[in-house]
Formats: sequence, C-alpha cells, structure tokens
Amino acid sequence: MASPTNHTPTDMTALRDAVATGTTSAESICAGMLAVATERNPQLNAFHEVFAEHTLNAARRVDTDAKAGRPLPPLAGMPIAIKDNVATTLGRTTCSSRMLEKYRSPFDATAVERLARAGAVVIGKTNMDEFAMGSSGEHCKWGPVRNPWDNSRVPGGSSAGSAAAVAGGMCAAAIGSDTGGSIRQPASFCGIVGLKPTYGRISRWGLVAFGSSLDQIGPMTRSVRDAALMLDVMSGIDERDSTTADRPPTELSKTIERPIDGLRVGIPRQYMSDANDSEVNAAVNAAADAYRAMGATIVSVELPLTDVGISTYYVIAPAEASSNLARYDGIRYGHRAQLQPGEDLFTLYARSRSEGFGPEVQRRIMLGTYMLSSGYYDAYYKRALQMRRRIKQEFDQAFTACDVLLGPTAPTPAFGFGANSDPLAMYLCDVYTVNTNIAGICGVSIPAGFAERNGKHLPVGVQLQANAFEEDRLLRAARMLERALAPTTSAHGVHA
Amino acid sequence: MPDNSNSKTAALTTAQVTHVAKLARLEVAPGRIEEYRTQLAAVLAHIAQLDAVDLTGVEPMAHPFESHNRLAADIPEEGLSIEAVLMNAPAVEGRFLAVPKVLAEGD
Repeated sequence: MASPTNHTPTDMTALRDAVATGTTSAESICAGMLAVATERNPQLNAFHEVFAEHTLNAARRVDTDAKAGRPLPPLAGMPIAIKDNVATTLGRTTCSSRMLEKYRSPFDATAVERLARAGAVVIGKTNMDEFAMGSSGEHCKWGPVRNPWDNSRVPGGSSAGSAAAVAGGMCAAAIGSDTGGSIRQPASFCGIVGLKPTYGRISRWGLVAFGSSLDQIGPMTRSVRDAALMLDVMSGIDERDSTTADRPPTELSKTIERPIDGLRVGIPRQYMSDANDSEVNAAVNAAADAYRAMGATIVSVELPLTDVGISTYYVIAPAEASSNLARYDGIRYGHRAQLQPGEDLFTLYARSRSEGFGPEVQRRIMLGTYMLSSGYYDAYYKRALQMRRRIKQEFDQAFTACDVLLGPTAPTPAFGFGANSDPLAMYLCDVYTVNTNIAGICGVSIPAGFAERNGKHLPVGVQLQANAFEEDRLLRAARMLERALAPTTSAHGVHA
Repeated sequence: MPDNSNSKTAALTTAQVTHVAKLARLEVAPGRIEEYRTQLAAVLAHIAQLDAVDLTGVEPMAHPFESHNRLAADIPEEGLSIEAVLMNAPAVEGRFLAVPKVLAEGD
C-alpha cells in the first residue's frame, strides 16, 4: 500500500456533502470504514471497541431521512472515533487503563452529545497512552498503537488511536484530548490535522480529568475545514463545565475558505533549533515560503522561554494529575484489589491504585505528590505558576508583532517503538506543544512534508498557534497553507 | 524536609520516594523504589532549570483565564439514579457501596 489513506481520499466535509446530495449513502460510507477497521485494526490497534451494528443502524436512519427529503444536520451519518478518556454511554470508557477496564459511563460527554446532535455516529473508542500520559501510544493497557505509515513506528500520543484511525481510513474524523500536545503531535506523526482549541472553547464535561487547567478536547481530521466544522459543532458554553468560556459556538465553517489579507506570520527563533530533524525545519521553511508567495509577511519573533516550558509543564501537569487521580481509590468505581485477612483500608487504597495504574501514571502521581508536599510547594508548584504567567506574557508580546506563530509540531517525525523509553527523553518531545496549553491559547498541526526513513515516507507536520479565542484566524491561516502545500502533501497520500 | 530552593536539586533519597509513595497511596514494591528514584531524580534535575529565571514579584497564574467563579442557578436537577451510581461499584450490598471494615475490633 503506497499510503495509509488510499481507502478514503476525501475529507469528512466532502463525504457529508455527498450524502446530502444523494451521490452516496451514509450506509456505504460507514460500511466502507467498518470494513477498513476490520481489516486494519488487528495490526494498528487504533480501536479498543468498534460499534459496527450501532454505526450501520444510525447510518440507515440518516439515509431514510435523506430519501424522504428531510433536512440533514451538519454531520449526518459521519462515523467519528472517540478517544477512550471521553465518556460515552456506548461501550466502555477505560482511559486504556486497568483501573477503568470495566468502566461504563452513565452519561455522555458534552462534546459527544453535541456531535450526536449534529448527526455524527460514534463508530468506536480509540486507544491512548494510559490516562493521556504519554507521547507515543505505547503506554496502553490494550497494547501499543501502530503508525499507519510505518507499522514499526509509533503514531505519537497520547491520542494515538484517534490519529491512527483517521490516517488509516477507519473513520471520517476523531476527537482527541490535548493536555501538552496529545492531539497535535500524533496528528503530525500520522499526517492529519489536529486542533487544540483555546482553553474553555469546548466543554470538558465527561473528559476524564488529567490536568484540569490544561486539558482540552479537539478534532483530529483529514482537512482544516473538517476541524472547523467539528469545532463549530462542539464549542460553546456548557453549564456543566464552569470553565467553558461564556461565548457562543464558533461559526468557522462560514469563513474558512476566506484567505487573510496582510497576514503576519511569526517564526520564533527558538523553534528552529539545530536539534530538530532536518526535514522538520525544512517543512517549516517550505511553509514560510508558501506564505510569502501568498503575500503574507514573515517576521522573526523571540520566545526565550520555549525551553523552560517542559519544566513548567512537568510541574503543573503532574501536580494537577496527582490531585485528579486521587479519586481512584477502589471504593466507588474502578479497580479494587483483593485484601488478605487483617489488611487495612490504607492497603486497599494503595494496592488498588498500584495494581490499577501503569508505571508512567504512578511516576507522574509521585512526581506531583512530591512537588505539592510540605516544604516543596513553593520551590516547585508556585515557581511553575509564576513561570506560567511569564510564558503567557511572552506569547502576548509575540502576538503584537504577528497574527499567527509558525513552527514545528515536534522535533522529529514518528520514532520507533522503545526509542524514548527514558521518561525524561519522552517528555522533551513535547517542547513545541506544551506552552500552548500552559498559556491556554490555540494551536493546530497540519501536514507539511515528509521525511524518508528506511524507504518509508513519514509525515511531518507544522504547527500554527494563535492567541486565545483566535481560532478563526488560526484555521483560516492553516487553510491557506493546506491549499498551498497540497501538491507536496498529496504526493504520498495526505489529503488536502 | 528542607524548604530551601537551592537544596531541592539535591539527590532524591529512597526514603523520600517511599514517603511520597505513601502520601500518594501507592504500594510500590521494594524492588522498584530505586528505579523510580532514578527516574524521578532525573526529571527533578531537569526541572531545576526553573531556578535560572528571575521570577521575583511575578504573580502565580493557576489558570489560563482568571475567570470569575460561575455559579449554577439554584434549581434542583435530576442527578444520577442510584442504579447509575452503583453500576461501576466494585462491591455492592443492596443499595450501598460495600467497603472493608474501617475500624478494628476494640477501636
């Protein structure tokens, strides 16, 4: 197979339009993707559960409505994969953890509810790094996820299965969650579009909490316009999540094809490091050339705190995680250990947690607990929160000189299994994505080129970032670039 | 424990890892303490770079948007049913979550 996307050369918007105009049926789209999933999932391990019957039944209902001439909602019959840390009443919500291996949610996440209201169909739940802690898709109770472009490499993480399912043609689109790059980095590794919206854009109700001040749900798609469409459907205030922004849903689909006149693109000098793989910097330079050719202005900007982002993140995220994951105590839900006669309640808590959580999750809980413990709080947590303000201020300063920031999504293309088995080495892969979450701004990764390794073409993404609630600008700029780079990115099968 | 930001980079001890595991309600096998100690120490050593930046007088920022607290309307709403709450419980007795005995004999 030349590319992983041969099965589905079209994006979701085109599929949706084809159903609406009667060119094809929702059933044939869903059946096609289910067939791909049956064929490829045993190897890629993108899905933990696939809901074939539910998907086909929902698709047939859409086709009945279409034949009867009833108006169709914007995502009618579109099969969408859901990361397994997002609550669905359908199937289980396991976070790819033994702790929640049997957990069934009594409610749907707001994002899922809104997708369903827009006509989308939940085709399955996707594998992930346990509790979204990881950048490779290797730390998964249900086995590692594989990259559709090269099965000997990781798909990135933590939204590993969602990225592999979209790139592998097993769904029309997916949702992931992004705490420090978990949507954007796998999108880059798998040759798809991944959007981390501004903090507060999409409700976190029903998203299993990891780092509550950092987490955002976002779309993972085959095109920028698909990401716009999904954000339109999922965004907006939710009374059940008091941290959602008091703003109406976005209407980006209306403006997405409109190029931005006089766009100013900033390239942070600190992003173009010699430590990046050469193809990564080449992709950024090619994107800058494309923008220049479209009349945009390229400016160099300074983000000196880029490097301390990892340190800041690996204080804040584990600290919040250690608090959030305290709820898994083996009492109300989740894994409960068997006690021997005479063992006490403390042992029940501790053994349930140590049996239920994998090593990376336990590592981060200990890290967070240590940094929040008496005598260390000021030295770590308070300092990280002070740095957080400085990082936010630095972005604000940069955005006075430009509208969007352009740079790499990750320092490398997809790496091999086990290549970053040292935890710190894995953390450092997130250098270009964590600050987006720390500052609460928005960022998107889009395919921009390829790196050849061992005769295989590996996608390379570039990242655009824009200030808080500037998704309209962000995605229009991304759409301009997607269109300009189409001849390059389509060469090996990325849809544009 | 020390409250001096310069001493925080000092090597993490196995006793500290054991203490933290206890605080975090984790049962770490004795044979794995050293592995965790090494990994956590490496991360903490990296994080020490936070000390290189002067942050005097910078107000901590706990949240990306310092939005005010938004209260829900004070209107009773249907919560989850008892069945829904108990459907994931590891042990149930009737309409209750079952837990091991908390108080020892004679407490």
